[in-house]
Amino acid sequence: MNVYCLLCQQRYVPKLGWSDFLTVKQADVLCDVCRRSFSLLDGERCCHCDRPFSLVADSYRHGELCTDCLRWQQADEWCDVLTKNRSVYVYDEWMKDVVTRWKFRGDYALVEAFRADFCREFFRHFSSDVVLVPIPLSRERLYERGFNQARALAELLSLPIADVLERIDSEKQSQKTRLERLRTVQFRLRTGEWRCDQCVLVDDLYTTGSTVYHAARLLKQAGMRDVSSFTLARA
Amino acid sequence: MRFVYDGGKWRPQPLWRGGESEAIPVSRVHELPIYDQDPHFPFSAELLAFLDGKQLLLDELPFPLEQIQAHYEHGYLSYQKGIVQTDQGYRCMRCGNDKPHLFAAFFCARCETVCTYCRKCITMGRVSECTLLVVCTVPSERSVYRQPLAWTGTLSPAQQQASEAVVRAIEHSTELLVWAVCGAGKTELLFPGINRALELGKRVCLATPRTDVVLELAPRLKRAFPSVPTIALYSGSEERNKQASLVIATTHQLLRFYRAFDVMIIDEVDAFPYSAEPMLAYAAEKARTETSTLLYLTATPSENWQREIKQNKRAAVTIPARYHGYPLPVPSFEWCGNWRKKVKRGTLPSNVLTWVERRLSEGKQAFLFVPHVELVERVAAMLQTLDGRIAGVHAEDKARKEKVQSFREGNIPLLVTTTILERGVTVPNIDVAVLGAEDDVFTEGALVQIAGRVGRSAQYPSGDVRFFHFGKTRAMVKAKRHIMRMNREAEERGLLRR
Repeated sequence: MNVYCLLCQQRYVPKLGWSDFLTVKQADVLCDVCRRSFSLLDGERCCHCDRPFSLVADSYRHGELCTDCLRWQQADEWCDVLTKNRSVYVYDEWMKDVVTRWKFRGDYALVEAFRADFCREFFRHFSSDVVLVPIPLSRERLYERGFNQARALAELLSLPIADVLERIDSEKQSQKTRLERLRTVQFRLRTGEWRCDQCVLVDDLYTTGSTVYHAARLLKQAGMRDVSSFTLARA
Repeated sequence: MRFVYDGGKWRPQPLWRGGESEAIPVSRVHELPIYDQDPHFPFSAELLAFLDGKQLLLDELPFPLEQIQAHYEHGYLSYQKGIVQTDQGYRCMRCGNDKPHLFAAFFCARCETVCTYCRKCITMGRVSECTLLVVCTVPSERSVYRQPLAWTGTLSPAQQQASEAVVRAIEHSTELLVWAVCGAGKTELLFPGINRALELGKRVCLATPRTDVVLELAPRLKRAFPSVPTIALYSGSEERNKQASLVIATTHQLLRFYRAFDVMIIDEVDAFPYSAEPMLAYAAEKARTETSTLLYLTATPSENWQREIKQNKRAAVTIPARYHGYPLPVPSFEWCGNWRKKVKRGTLPSNVLTWVERRLSEGKQAFLFVPHVELVERVAAMLQTLDGRIAGVHAEDKARKEKVQSFREGNIPLLVTTTILERGVTVPNIDVAVLGAEDDVFTEGALVQIAGRVGRSAQYPSGDVRFFHFGKTRAMVKAKRHIMRMNREAEERGLLRR
């Protein structure tokens, strides 16, 4: 059987084993070379934000926490906002290229390349009785891209999705400094009546954490007991 | 995006000022009519100049939608659908892709429905069912130049003959294939033809599949035609929005053009990615005017074309001799057994090693071609035990430019590579070998090009070309015959040095 790799578009022969015939497991949509280029988060990581300690200097480590998380914990208004963050891949050069093509060039179909790893890692860290809250885009940005990448990821999980957030700030996060990110109010709640106990924010990237912290604080204020986040990559 | 039928005209929904509207995805609008040009409309010369000869996405136009729509309604531009449905599935009107596996669909926030898009040309901005391509419907003015050619070199007799044929093809707007061996001096023979075209007020495009070639040719053409506005287009080029009478572009960049050129010259037509990419043929066809001259330049026409030339069904001129007048080096074949098995075990066939050692001891630089990327690093690593400076390079290599430069400077004695270097890279006084010449990637054309790397300079007109194989193929035999036939023809036509 010959199929085309979703990323490099070369023909390849997917490796088939007995499990492919006997179970409903899907064959990989990527060739071996492309698949091996993804790096799953691995090794010792910050217990709060999933940042691998191997990628930062020793001075950034404070026991189980990284410097960033320690700073969040030390600020009164932020300390209990986010229960934890978990991510799937390391945000390396390869991942940057893939995300650029997916999100900025708009090649929606690439979301399929993340499916297996994204679902497996999610259920390793979270139970299935949570509600997913994808980080929204502003109206302008959504029109520009045609789709919301965070929602596309959330849809992979086949769990209830609640679009309760609305973005009020349309500037790109990636063009701001940490301080600017902290100060801008990014979201507002869309509906007043909305209850659930536990929710997981879904986004493509966790960089400084300010996006998910802002969103989490809003959900907490609305009466949510437990807010965590799950992202495709950890920068 | 969505459109609203308003006052007898289709208008984009973002311009709709009314309340609840009956907007529908533009993909479901049956036909977007072309309006007659209104001569009293105060058109924007800037907008028309920007769009001149182009086919662009709405998003690529740095003008307000309101203004674009007004130009549409007054007949100065037209909208075309980006994706059309065919019997087999879909076709992308920008890049011509119709392969089902290169389309995907998503729920589009612009048209609020499931929207199919082309994955083939996505790096140039997404074309989906609800995307419109914008083209200018006003013919543009052409500039006429008087004797723009400043080049004063002379052509060899073979170049001269071909050059005259090129001038005739340009004057009569016909098609012509220039079959010139590697090292024949193809660029210079185009000069008189381009000169004539510019004198006749024609717009000329020289398209080539590779960015390296654009970067190499652009300064040469700018020097040859100093008074003519000339631009070089490649991915990342800053001259994208300029207008010029002479354009040198990668075939990808041509996708943004529409009926723009009166003379289309396609360099290395046989070269990957052109030969393997129907997209680029589509681009060239779309970018030239209906009555344009089409020139193909190649060292290795396909079998099909060779047959057509023989049967006089295709107009062609051949240049069988190099500009320096020495014959082409003829490859020799050498059986090397099951080399793949050996490579797996971490060794190389002994005759290949001997060949490499000989080059190293003589201090002669060499290329060693292998069929696949994965082999490059393995073979390079094995050869590094002979000489630590030996390196491998492949298309995706981030250090590709540096390695090739280092080879040119003589710091790397031997470069292991895939077919990416089969053309373009010209280094004087080298030998080449192919390991696994029987592999499918080594077509007749590729092998002729590989052999064509050797003996390019007049100081060192010969060298060794060795094909190591595990079973001779038709392609190998044909490549050798091809080269010998060219040498014979050059001899017969008296083009070789005595």
